Amino acid sequence: MSSYLYYPGCSMEGSGRSYRESLAGVLEPLDITLEEINDWNCCGATEYVSLSTTPAYAMIARNLAIAAGEKKNGESLVAACSACYLNLAKADHYMGKQPALNARVNDALGAGGLHYDPGTVRVRHLLEVILTDVGLDKVRAAVKQPLTGLKVAPYLGCMVPRPDVNGMTADHDQPKSLDVLLRALGADVVDYPLRTECCGGHMTQIAPKVGLELIRRLVSEAERLEAVMMVTVCPMCQINIDAYQGEMNAMFHTKHKMPIVFFTQLMGVAFGLEPKKVGVGREYTNASKALAKALKAAPELALAAASAPPAPRARPDKRALPMPTMPQTPGMADSEVQE
Amino acid sequence: MVVAQVSPPEVADAGVRFLDEVNSKTAGVSRLEMCIQCGSCGGSCPSASAMDHTPRGLFALIRAGKRAEVLRSNTPWMCLSCYHCVVRCPQEIEITDVMYAIKTIAEEEHTYPSNVGPDFTGVFIGQARHFGRSWELGLTARHYLRHFPLRLPGMTPMALGLFRHGRIGILPHRIEQRKQLQAILKRADELERAR
Repeated sequence: MSSYLYYPGCSMEGSGRSYRESLAGVLEPLDITLEEINDWNCCGATEYVSLSTTPAYAMIARNLAIAAGEKKNGESLVAACSACYLNLAKADHYMGKQPALNARVNDALGAGGLHYDPGTVRVRHLLEVILTDVGLDKVRAAVKQPLTGLKVAPYLGCMVPRPDVNGMTADHDQPKSLDVLLRALGADVVDYPLRTECCGGHMTQIAPKVGLELIRRLVSEAERLEAVMMVTVCPMCQINIDAYQGEMNAMFHTKHKMPIVFFTQLMGVAFGLEPKKVGVGREYTNASKALAKALKAAPELALAAASAPPAPRARPDKRALPMPTMPQTPGMADSEVQE
Repeated sequence: MVVAQVSPPEVADAGVRFLDEVNSKTAGVSRLEMCIQCGSCGGSCPSASAMDHTPRGLFALIRAGKRAEVLRSNTPWMCLSCYHCVVRCPQEIEITDVMYAIKTIAEEEHTYPSNVGPDFTGVFIGQARHFGRSWELGLTARHYLRHFPLRLPGMTPMALGLFRHGRIGILPHRIEQRKQLQAILKRADELERAR
C-alpha cells in the first residue's frame, strides 16, 4: 500500500463532486491511500497568478508548507485538479529557481508562522501516480467489468501535459497517458487529436464567443470520431464542456449531446462499482445510457471476440496500383536470376 | 565616425525600460529579450483570432517601447493559459507568464480594454483571500448579474441543474486558519508594493 498527501482543491467539493466520489471509490482497488492535508486553502486557479506574484505564490505556498509539515516518509503531494496541480508544482519550481521570489514568499509565510523550502514536497498529478506507481498491470488486475465496446475520446486538457515544469513527458501535444489507462479498462479509445487542446478555461465567463467556439471544436471532433463520451482528468474541462454545451448549441445552431465524465468514474465502473456510486448521472448530458448500453453489449462482444476465428489476412486490392512483389516460388526466382 | 543606428536612442531606451518593467513583474525568468519574432506563439494559439495583436506582435511592441499600446491590448486578456506557445517557443520564453505580467501592470493602471476579465478575476481573488476557498455560486451569480444579464435566462436551467445534481454549495466554505492566511497575504501585499 502506498500513501500520499492529498490536495483536493475547491472544485472537488462543488462542481467536481463526481470526481471526488469516484476517486474515493477507486483507492482501495488501486491499493493507495490519500491523506488530505489539514486546512488547505484555494490555490488561486489561473486567476490569482495572472494578476499578481508575491501574494499569489504565498497563497499557494501556504499549502506546500502545510504539506511539508505533514510529510512523514517522503510522501508526494497529489492533486487531481489540473490547475491545482500546476499551481503547486509551479510555485515549488519557481521558488527553487528564483531566490528573490523564494525570499519574498517565505517572508510572507513567516507572518503566519510558516516556512517552505522549495524541493521539500514533490507535487504530482493523480493520473501520473496511477500510471507510474500503481501501474497498468495492477489496474488490469482490478478490472471486473471490462468496458468493452465503450467508445471514448480521451481528453487530457492543457495543464497536465504543459508547461510540464518537472519534465514529466517528452510529448506535450499528443501524450497517450490517458489512452493507455482507458485501454487497460477495456474501453475502445478513439485516436482523439484534440486530446490536449484547451476547453477555454474562464472564457465561458468573460468572453463566451471564444470559449464556446473551443468547446464546439472539442465536442464536434469527438462526435465525428463516433465516441459516445469524452473522458477528462480536470474539473474545469468537465464543467465547461458539460454545463456550457447547451449554450454552445444555441450559439452555433448545433445539436451536440456529448457526455463527459472523469477518468476515475470509468475506473470505478470497470472495477465493478455501481455507476451511480461513482457519480455517473450528475452530468448535464447524461452518460448513464451510453455506459449502460456498452456494458450490456460487453459480454457478447467479449464472447464474440474470443470465439471468432482469427481474421484472415487482407488480400491485396486488385484495383490498387501494382506494388513491387516478391517472387512467388524460390525456383522461379532462381531461374529468372540465371537468365 | 558615424555609427548607424537602427532606431533613435530614445525609442531604444523606452523599449529597454518597458522590457525591464515587464520582466520585473514576471514570476520566473521571462527570457523575453530572446524573442526572434518567429511567430510560433501566435500560430499555436487557440484564441489568436480574438486578439488585437498576436503574441509575437505584442512582443515587438514591447521592445519598441509602445507601452500604452501594449497595456490597452486585449491580447493578454484572451490568453487561455494553455501553454501551447510555451512548449513550442524555440527560445523558451515563458510566454504565459509574460501575459500575466502585462495583465498585472494593466490592472494596476486600469488600462485594460474591457472590465469583464479584470472584474471576474478580481472577485475570484477577493473571495479566495477572504474565505480561503473559492465560492463558485457567489462568483458566477454576481458575474452574470453584472456583466451578462441577458445570458441569465439561458443560464437558469444550468444553475438549476447544478443544484439538482448536488454540484454546488449555497454557502461559501471557510478555512479554519483564516487569520493566519490573511496575515500572510497582508505581508505579501506589502512586499509586492515595495518591489
